[in-house]
Amino acid sequence: MSTVAKLKIRRGSHGEPARWQTFEVPFEPGQSVLDGLRWLRINKDPTLAMRFSCINANACKECMIQLDGETVYACTARLEPREMTLTPLPNKTLIRDLVTEIAPPSERFK
Amino acid sequence: MSSEPLAIETDVLVIGSGAAGMYAAIEASRGGVRVFLVDRSLIGRGGATVMAQMTVAAALGEEVPDAPRLHYDDTIAAGRGLCDEALAQLLCEDAPACIRELDAWGVGWARKDNHITATTAPGHDRPRCVYVDFINTGPAVSKTLRTVMARNKDIRKAGDICIVDLVAGSDDEIAGAVGWHLGSGAAVTIAAKATVLATGGLTRLYRRNSASLNMGGDGYALALRAGASLIDMEFVQFFPIGHLAPRLVGMDPIMWDPFRYKLGGRLLNGRMEEFTSRYGSDEDGKYVLPRDLATYAIFKEVEAGRGSPHGGAYLSFEHCSAAALRAAFGPVIDRLAANAIDLTRMPVEVAPIAHYHMGGVVANAQMQTELPGLFAAGEVVGGANGANRLSGNAITEALVFGRRAGRSAAAHAKKHAKTMARKDLRAADMRAALDLVGDGSGARRDLNTASMIARLQAIMADDVGPFRTAAKLNHALAGIATLADELGERPPRFAGAANAFDLQRLEWFDLRNMLIVARAVAQSALARTESRGAHQREDYPKLLPAWRRHQRVLLAEGALQLSGAPEQALVS
Repeated sequence: MSTVAKLKIRRGSHGEPARWQTFEVPFEPGQSVLDGLRWLRINKDPTLAMRFSCINANACKECMIQLDGETVYACTARLEPREMTLTPLPNKTLIRDLVTEIAPPSERFK
Repeated sequence: MSSEPLAIETDVLVIGSGAAGMYAAIEASRGGVRVFLVDRSLIGRGGATVMAQMTVAAALGEEVPDAPRLHYDDTIAAGRGLCDEALAQLLCEDAPACIRELDAWGVGWARKDNHITATTAPGHDRPRCVYVDFINTGPAVSKTLRTVMARNKDIRKAGDICIVDLVAGSDDEIAGAVGWHLGSGAAVTIAAKATVLATGGLTRLYRRNSASLNMGGDGYALALRAGASLIDMEFVQFFPIGHLAPRLVGMDPIMWDPFRYKLGGRLLNGRMEEFTSRYGSDEDGKYVLPRDLATYAIFKEVEAGRGSPHGGAYLSFEHCSAAALRAAFGPVIDRLAANAIDLTRMPVEVAPIAHYHMGGVVANAQMQTELPGLFAAGEVVGGANGANRLSGNAITEALVFGRRAGRSAAAHAKKHAKTMARKDLRAADMRAALDLVGDGSGARRDLNTASMIARLQAIMADDVGPFRTAAKLNHALAGIATLADELGERPPRFAGAANAFDLQRLEWFDLRNMLIVARAVAQSALARTESRGAHQREDYPKLLPAWRRHQRVLLAEGALQLSGAPEQALVS
């Protein structure tokens, strides 16, 4: 039996009205939300913007987003076979889709 | 694309903010110059350093007598006859000073009885490898260097910058670079009196790898296109016991290495038999097997039908008590439990994973490349580790080469009395790069760059892995050529007017670099008709003395030119 996770994602850039898009991604126990997002970009929609770097190690801390309204690392939050709502961090400036400005001011391009 | 590009002027431009880039920035600023440090990712968060969970080799001699000369001997032996001796010597001689400086900056090296304690990583003749508990070496090094930089007003930092190409100045020296800012899509020109490449390796070219997303070989491609040569591009190191199964999130796949340093562990095949003695090394419960041999042994067991269920080997710590595991790894044991892994009751599965690149940009012991004004530091430098890197030498070379490159770049910059500005950049170079950044008018928008990267990673893993044949390498080169055709010469228009964080556009520039670097690896591997260290040719299984030499790669009119092969055609 094949099961899926439904990822409901807030899309759009800074200053644009939000769009919601829901994608189905294959679910396997043990996978992370980031695994699902990476599968989605490769197989469904490469235009989805997200920030990640170390993929699995939880070392870079770049993949912070909100899952069902709670702040998580996409690389350690588990994918589940249900609808999961993914949104950018609410307290950071939105750049695009799930990407926000998370660098400290002294490490940003100005 | 709109408007004038943003113009930056600095004394020293450092590209890449792992340990090599950050140390270079710190050292250059100590030399009395201004520094601009950029990264494709965020500052100090991408790259390999932050992921390094293992150890740093340095002959401190605090626990047992040691000397840089002994570290050097081990480095040379691991390199299978191909280490650049001047670079290896610098690595070993400057290592203790860098380790002590980081200690003074508060990195927190593990201590015992009031001195820094060290472990014996495979290939070292004595305890020489320092670390930060628990499995925290890389993050601690990264954080320490970031903190030191934060106090320094002469270092300006900018993450989210994709460098497109290096640019020469009016005197033909490298005089900076052109790039673009991911956050806004805006083009950026950076005029600098000296430039340091510290972009790390190329492990992102492979499907299973142990590095960050920005490790796609950018620096190799930038150097090639600027006219520098690369050496030893065929030598990609695979880490033999990367985590394979069960699925483990929140941990680097390399994590089993520190477990083996501290606890030994047993490597078993699918039948639960010890097998490394068949390949020339009986482990006997200790961790002594060099990386190239371990990779070979696991591949051969899998090939013979004796692999673990997911196609690797088992690694077992079942002989260790819960208390011993807890004492050695503290909170890491809880992170394993959250992944339903109890090491006292089950083995894990491991398999070789792309880990490090021995090859790279040609540089001398001052970290000066062949191009005046261009310096290199860290993994992007080729030659120090020959055909096989010794465990523990990667962060060491990041620190040592970074410090040296920063010093050399500052000295070079000080020779230029006048400020460098955009008008000093060679117009043709700058225009070509700016055209790419600003382009995107006519081309397709449907290019799936994410899937193209996945296809390249599959090609490299399947046909340019640790075990190679002419047939597989030619197959890979054909696949790489197909991808290059699809990519085209100009970036397509992707995200419309709003260019904020256009990942597809970024991936187009990533692929532009990754494909040329993949070609350099595959062509070098095809030309080396022998087996040595990390480069194993199944159709040329012997190590041949005539091949004790480096191959160089240069880019000439779009084609990669190789040199250095022995004159006589050789048969195995």
